Amino acid sequence: MAHHVLDMPIDAAKVRELQIGDTVTLRKTLFGIRDATLIHMFDRGRETRLDLDGHAVIHTAPNVRRVDRSEEAPVGYAPFCIGTTTSQRMERFTRQLMEREGVRLIIGKGGMGADTSAAFKDLGGAYLAIVGGAAALETTWIERIEDVDMDDLHPESLWKFRIRDLGPLLVGMDSHGGSLFETVRDDVASRRDAVLASIGAGE
Amino acid sequence: MQLDMAEVERVCSDLYIRALKILPPDIKDGFKRLVGAETGETAKAVLGVMVENVAVAERTNNILCQDTGIPIYNITIGRNVSFDGAELKAAIRRGCERSTKENSLRSSVVHPITRQNDQTSCGVRVPIVHVDFDEREETVGIEMIPKGSGSENGSFLKMLLPSDGVSAAKRFVIDRVIELGGRVCPPTIVGVGLGGTSDMCMHLAKIAATRPLGTVCSDPEGAKIEAELSKAVNELGVGPQGLGGRSTSFAVHVEIAATHITQNPVAVNIQCHSARRALATITPGGIAFS
Repeated sequence: MAHHVLDMPIDAAKVRELQIGDTVTLRKTLFGIRDATLIHMFDRGRETRLDLDGHAVIHTAPNVRRVDRSEEAPVGYAPFCIGTTTSQRMERFTRQLMEREGVRLIIGKGGMGADTSAAFKDLGGAYLAIVGGAAALETTWIERIEDVDMDDLHPESLWKFRIRDLGPLLVGMDSHGGSLFETVRDDVASRRDAVLASIGAGE
Repeated sequence: MQLDMAEVERVCSDLYIRALKILPPDIKDGFKRLVGAETGETAKAVLGVMVENVAVAERTNNILCQDTGIPIYNITIGRNVSFDGAELKAAIRRGCERSTKENSLRSSVVHPITRQNDQTSCGVRVPIVHVDFDEREETVGIEMIPKGSGSENGSFLKMLLPSDGVSAAKRFVIDRVIELGGRVCPPTIVGVGLGGTSDMCMHLAKIAATRPLGTVCSDPEGAKIEAELSKAVNELGVGPQGLGGRSTSFAVHVEIAATHITQNPVAVNIQCHSARRALATITPGGIAFS
C-alpha cells in the first residue's frame, strides 16, 4: 500500500501507478462537478472554457458566499462548506468525461460501477474515495475558488478549486480493474444467506 | 397561548442552521459505540474522519455536511394554543428562506420538471410541513430535519402480500441495505415502516429513520423486529462508506401502523451518519432549543 502525492494535472502513466488500497494526497487544482453539470455537458452538448485535461473532479455542489473580487476570491466566491455527493448517479458520464475532457481522477463517495471500471482500464483513470458527510473537514483543504463556469446551474456549476494537501484519499478503483467496492460487495453477498437465516427470513 | 408568527419565523430560521451545525448528542454517542465495536482498519479510519469532522464543524462554526437537504418541519401543537394555520405555514416558509439567505446556505431544492432552483430552499410544497397535536399544555414543538439526499435516494416501498409474512419484509430490508452499499453514507439509521397505506408506510419509515438513537418502537412486536434487524445489518460487512466493516448502521428503527386485510406493506427510508435534526419548544415561558 503506497502513498502518492499528486501535483495536478497528471498523465496516464502516473494514474496507472495507483493501486486499490493505496492512499493519495492531491495538490494544486481540483474541479467540482455533479448531476446538472454533466447533464448539460454531455446530454445537451454544452462546452466549457475550463481545461480539465489530466485533472481530478470531485462530485460536489458547494455552499459558497458571494464576496468582492480579490486575489483570494478571483471570481467573487469564497468557500463556505464544500463536501462530496454520492457518485453512483453520475456513472453513465465517466467515459465521456475522460474521452472528451481528459479527466484522470474522480473523487467521490460510495464508489462507481462496471462502466466506470472499464473506462478507467481503457483510458487510464482512478476513483479516489473521500469520506462523505465530512464536509467541514474537507473545506479546510480548499484554499480558494479560482474559477467557475456554467454558473447559471448554481450550485451545480463547474467549479475550479485551489487546494492544499487534499487527503489522504483512498484509491477505491484503479486502472487495472480493481475495485474495493466490488470486493466488499462480493463479501457482503457471501454473508447474505446466513444473516437472513439468523433472523428467520431465509428463502 | 397565542402563537407569535414573527417568533415562529425566527425559530424556523434558527432551527435550520442549528440542525446543519450541531450533531445531536445521541448520534455522537452512537459514533462512540460503533468505534468501540469496530475491528476493521479501514472502517476505523473512516469513522475517525467522521468524528473529526464533527469537531472541525464545531471549531470552525461550519455546517457538518454540504448537503443542506430537503427542509422538513414537524410541528406538534399542544392544548390551548391559538394560531392561524395559514399564517403558521407562511411563517415556516419565511423562516426557511431567511436562514438560506442569511447563512449563505446552498439551496438544494429545485422544481421537479424544469429543475429550476429559486435559491431559497423553498419550492412547490417545500419546505415539507407536518402538523400533529399532543396533550402538553400551551406548548408547541418545532422539529427541523434537513434531510440529506444521498440517504433519501435510498427509499423503497413494496406492497407485499399477507402470505409473504413478516419474513419477506425483513428480507426486503436486508436486501435494500446490501443493494445500497456505500451510496447512502453509512453508518446509517435504517428506517422501516410496516403497515398502513402506501403513503403512510413511507411516512412511517421516515419517522423511524429520524427518531433519536436509543428510542424503541412503542409496539412490542415492532420492537422485536427492530432489535433483530439492528443486529443483523451489522453482520453484513458493508461498513462505513461501503468500504467494509461492522459499522453499517447505528440502528434499524421500525414504526408500524394497522393495515388492510389484503395488505402487507414495507417501506425503507435511510438516514445518513450526518443524522441532523434540531428541536425548539415554545411555551409561555420562552423558547428552548434542544
